[in-house]
Amino acid sequence: MALKKLTDAIAKITSVKGGSAETPAPNVVDPLHRELREALSADRVQVEGAHMSLMKRDASVFDGGVAGPLCYPESAAEVSAIMKIADKYGRAVVPRGAGTGLAGGAIPLGAPVVISAMKMTSILEVDVENRIAWVEPGVINLDLTRHLGQFGFHFAPDPSSQQVCTIGGNVANNSGGPHCLAYGVTNAHVVALEVVLPSGEVAVLGGIDAEPLGYDLRGAFVGSEGTLGFTTKVAVTITPNAPDVRTLLLSFETVRDAATTVSAIIAAGIVPAALEVMDQRITEAVEAYVGAGYPTDAGAVLLAEVDGLPDGIAIDAERIAEIGRANGATDVRQAETEQERALLWKGRKTAFGAIAQIAPDYYLHDTVVPRSKLADVLEEVYAIADRHDVLVMNVFHAGDGNLHPLLVFDAREPGKLDAVHAAGAEIVEASVAAGGVLSGEHGVGVEKQAYMHRMFTDDDMDHQARLRRAFDPDCRANPGKVLPMGHSCADIQSLRSVPEKVWG
Amino acid sequence: METPLLTVDDPKLLAFAEAVGAEGQVSVSGNRTRWLAGGALAEHTRILQAPTGMVAYSPEEMTAQVRVGTTVDEFHAQLAEKGQRSALPERGGTIGGAISVGENAVSSLGRGRLRTAVLQIRYVSADGRVVSGGGPTVKNVTGFDLPRLMVGSLGTLGLLAEATIRTNPIPAVSQWLRSDDADPFAVPAAVLKPSAILWDGSSTWVELEGHGVDVAAERRRLGSIGVFEEVDRPPALYANRWSLQPSELRTIDSLATGAFVASIGMGTVWAENPQPARLLSPEVALISRRMKHEFDPTGRLNPGRTVGGAE
Repeated sequence: MALKKLTDAIAKITSVKGGSAETPAPNVVDPLHRELREALSADRVQVEGAHMSLMKRDASVFDGGVAGPLCYPESAAEVSAIMKIADKYGRAVVPRGAGTGLAGGAIPLGAPVVISAMKMTSILEVDVENRIAWVEPGVINLDLTRHLGQFGFHFAPDPSSQQVCTIGGNVANNSGGPHCLAYGVTNAHVVALEVVLPSGEVAVLGGIDAEPLGYDLRGAFVGSEGTLGFTTKVAVTITPNAPDVRTLLLSFETVRDAATTVSAIIAAGIVPAALEVMDQRITEAVEAYVGAGYPTDAGAVLLAEVDGLPDGIAIDAERIAEIGRANGATDVRQAETEQERALLWKGRKTAFGAIAQIAPDYYLHDTVVPRSKLADVLEEVYAIADRHDVLVMNVFHAGDGNLHPLLVFDAREPGKLDAVHAAGAEIVEASVAAGGVLSGEHGVGVEKQAYMHRMFTDDDMDHQARLRRAFDPDCRANPGKVLPMGHSCADIQSLRSVPEKVWG
Repeated sequence: METPLLTVDDPKLLAFAEAVGAEGQVSVSGNRTRWLAGGALAEHTRILQAPTGMVAYSPEEMTAQVRVGTTVDEFHAQLAEKGQRSALPERGGTIGGAISVGENAVSSLGRGRLRTAVLQIRYVSADGRVVSGGGPTVKNVTGFDLPRLMVGSLGTLGLLAEATIRTNPIPAVSQWLRSDDADPFAVPAAVLKPSAILWDGSSTWVELEGHGVDVAAERRRLGSIGVFEEVDRPPALYANRWSLQPSELRTIDSLATGAFVASIGMGTVWAENPQPARLLSPEVALISRRMKHEFDPTGRLNPGRTVGGAE
């Protein structure tokens, strides 16, 4: 199958290149390794051991990467040195945070030098007057929000992986999360970046002034999935904590009723902080896992949150409840205590962990559709899964139209993985056919390259490749990602033989 | 193979691309409200108009797809019919002009920065092709972010033809307040979400928006830092925009700016005098030069104009 082909292809490539993907024989120190060790320190450049195999994958089902030397720099100067050494030896570089990506974006292709953010974990400065914080890329998302609490602020993007994912990874993927409905995704919360280009130059993109001079290179860099360089410092905006919050739990007989309610809330001119839907299957799994207090007899539940000043959110909460009842809500309840609220959110955010109770494997999709098409596309998603005899659960950022169909399966069952991929392909097709996009927050990585043609014309992708080349003319940063092979500018020659359908 | 989602079939866009063609120096003029931004256009440059008119407005999706020759006033009048507005600045001129310059609304604390409101763009490339970037939905991370790159690029990378803009509901109540004794720098800590805080060196204006009850509560809180009275509108703004860090406004040099109105918490200053030239770092200048070369190798798009003096 294609996964095997990819692995074989990469193994062949690296031997042809005369590189050193394989562990060197004892006492023979590869010159690339030696130079990297001299630039950092011996203990911060790894070429073998358990860590190396961890680097082969991320949190997706893709498993075909081969990592070259794994480096743990502590400064922009060290990252710059790594870039120059990698260049000298004709090696690609792949940035890496916590490896929680779901699109294979951090999978090392072609035995690249892997640059980890894990030794750059300081919160450097909190600047309340300018409403920003300078942080290093390895800072964990939730740690930043916890740190900002003492000042009365938080970092708005809150992906489900926020307990482990890094700010550098959030920048690379332009990460979202439930509360991005009102507050916007990572791009809206990053004002400046210090980055190291693949050629070794250190550049500060954007700025904390109102309209930074020059092209918005900051905006171009955020969401570029590690293909433009390595982020060494990030100026994030800090958001004041709302003085009050109300969290409503609405139950419905059908997913359609829940989806219709979401559209009606937005159409009524209310922009809640979050609007999350879970179907009955995932609600049952969550309840069995954490016992958050969700009703397991409802066809779907809608978690709606409004935050702000107490009087105004009371009005919004009441209107949301009314709209819900008018659209078939069988029950509306409000979290009465902070503890109850926290538990509901814990249930929502651990939904993916809860799946392990049901089947050993899952494949989490990520597409966006116009809100008004949510109900129709969801019905199609269930029909597609039925046709392929795959179990699907839906838990999603309904307010943004961001679907996360979760295909649950046991990969040991013969033919199951093929069915999962076939169903996934049809779900992506259905989303695009409804006027949606390939990814709302996970990115393209290697997962959705083959679908880029469904959204963009060749001219569109040609221009995306131009943007990339301005930062990385030789395409040495995270090659083989985002754009399909024919469009990946001068992607490292060695990767040209990677089969297109790496997902099998 | 099916047609890609973003394939362009709008005859107005195709006609615009035809007019741009693939040869000769070319620029686009809107209402010329920001005509000198980035420097004077080279002589003998052919000047075109961008296509106009709404393509698709979906209030329930909070998106509007519009051709950028449309004026912001006209666009916002259409949104207002459905109780919505956008982050575009209401200072005259066209949507294309505002996006090309990257100018934020006066109330950007409340409406957000323009650069985050542009969801999808279509432009004519230096070789006369219509190129799309971004996507039609409010949330999208598919592919490289051409919309961000186009905001503020002064038409030097492509000639804007169409944009899909995120819209937002118009709040129930909008109120401008003025004080002659408040410390403007105390406002951000006093209220949760002011839509604008303006200061001209003596008076302070605050715009409060939202539910009537919230605006009333915020207004009471403002009372703790000064005497505020309701006024019809914000002060008149000066033509030149300075870009400073919000904290730099404390030590603003009014000899250099001349008369000014500053946006507290944002850092924009509308001033009598232009801001002294700022310089790109060598590294940013390098990337910018390469960007220009990638998108417009012969330098035919808006010749004479530079973004940050990069070329």
